[in-house]
Amino acid sequence: MGISLLKCSGFNAPTPDRLGKMGRPEISDIWQWLDAVPDPEIPVISLVDLGIIRDVAWVGPKLVVKVTPTYSGCPATSIINFEIEKALRDNGIDNLVLERQLSPAWTTDWLTQKGRLKLEAYGIAPPQAAGGPERCPHCQDVDIERISQFGSTPCKAQWRCKTCLEPFDYFKCI
Amino acid sequence: MEINDALFQFATRLGDNTLILGHRVSEWCGHAPVIEEDIALANTALDLIGQTQFWLGLAAEIEGTAKTADDLAFLRDAWDYRNFLLVEVPNGDFGQTLMRQFLFDAWQSIHLPRLIASSDARVSAIAEKASKEVAYHVERSASTVVGLGDGTQESHDRMQAALTYLWPYVGEIFDTDDVDDTLAKAGIAVHPQSLKDEYYALVNRVLKDATLRVPDDMFAHKGGRSGKRHTEHLGHILVEMQWLQRAYPGSTW
Repeated sequence: MGISLLKCSGFNAPTPDRLGKMGRPEISDIWQWLDAVPDPEIPVISLVDLGIIRDVAWVGPKLVVKVTPTYSGCPATSIINFEIEKALRDNGIDNLVLERQLSPAWTTDWLTQKGRLKLEAYGIAPPQAAGGPERCPHCQDVDIERISQFGSTPCKAQWRCKTCLEPFDYFKCI
Repeated sequence: MEINDALFQFATRLGDNTLILGHRVSEWCGHAPVIEEDIALANTALDLIGQTQFWLGLAAEIEGTAKTADDLAFLRDAWDYRNFLLVEVPNGDFGQTLMRQFLFDAWQSIHLPRLIASSDARVSAIAEKASKEVAYHVERSASTVVGLGDGTQESHDRMQAALTYLWPYVGEIFDTDDVDDTLAKAGIAVHPQSLKDEYYALVNRVLKDATLRVPDDMFAHKGGRSGKRHTEHLGHILVEMQWLQRAYPGSTW
């Protein structure tokens, strides 16, 4: 899958004191920049929260970012690659390559704890090992039922709360 | 048979299965009986098309002629397709679509987890990824087959008719040739025959729960995975799926 080249208008060169050895930005800073990139479908969590960025490393002068897809056909994948590239270029990294990594396959175990909390506050029940949501993200009641294994995006299922009667998305556990 | 020739055939077969079924299932988009089922069908189709990108991408890489997965999907004609006949038959009613989905999902749900042990890291990685999605597909299609089979008289009769119509297309899944022998010997793929017992055990269990009668006749239509003889339906699918690239070659989104 090709990564398009971007023309960036808001170019922010890193300040000299943030540069590590050989004048390259520190890896920890790069992770922070990526943690500021929202997921295009669920903007309340970042791409780092989603656990799809598997590795960030300098290989000589080139930054290599390994990204794993959530679901094989998720249409957000190409937008996600675009957003990653844009964030890095905005921070002054021009020499970069994005690599698709399929194995190990993405698992919701890689969602960050802060990501899980943000999901629930947003109204999406976070994944549970038991295979269904723990409680309604709106009223916190546990009297819930499944409407469908599939939802508004490949990563979600539809559930309903039998107490507050609100439907809600559940982030599927895979 | 050369390993690479066999691997190209193998990846093409798997990619064509998911491509043609993904296209068939996407025909339901906006037409399903209820919105939840519409979304479920579209999501299933999406997963299948995603898996197609991996398998046909691998096939293109092995072929080594700078072709892409898109080239293989949009610029081959019916005689170069290698999918099971099962996935190209018409959708019929909702019940027939879900019965076909279950018969296919059941095979994928057994095949892909076994394929993770492939000695080819690329095959293993795709199988690992896809098997997670397929676990959801088979859970849904199996429970829907049971719900409709063991439902009203009307839904039961329709599911029985769907099973009777589709059953002669199941046997091809376990057909074998040089490609299978070569790859099984090399530890790259699983021999289709080795999946047979587990497949029929799963299918018979679900169909029994669905109160459906499994046809006795084991006659099987063949010719899809070998490419020798497709049904007349494949050409119609390709015309719809490929017309834009055929009419406007190289056009991009």
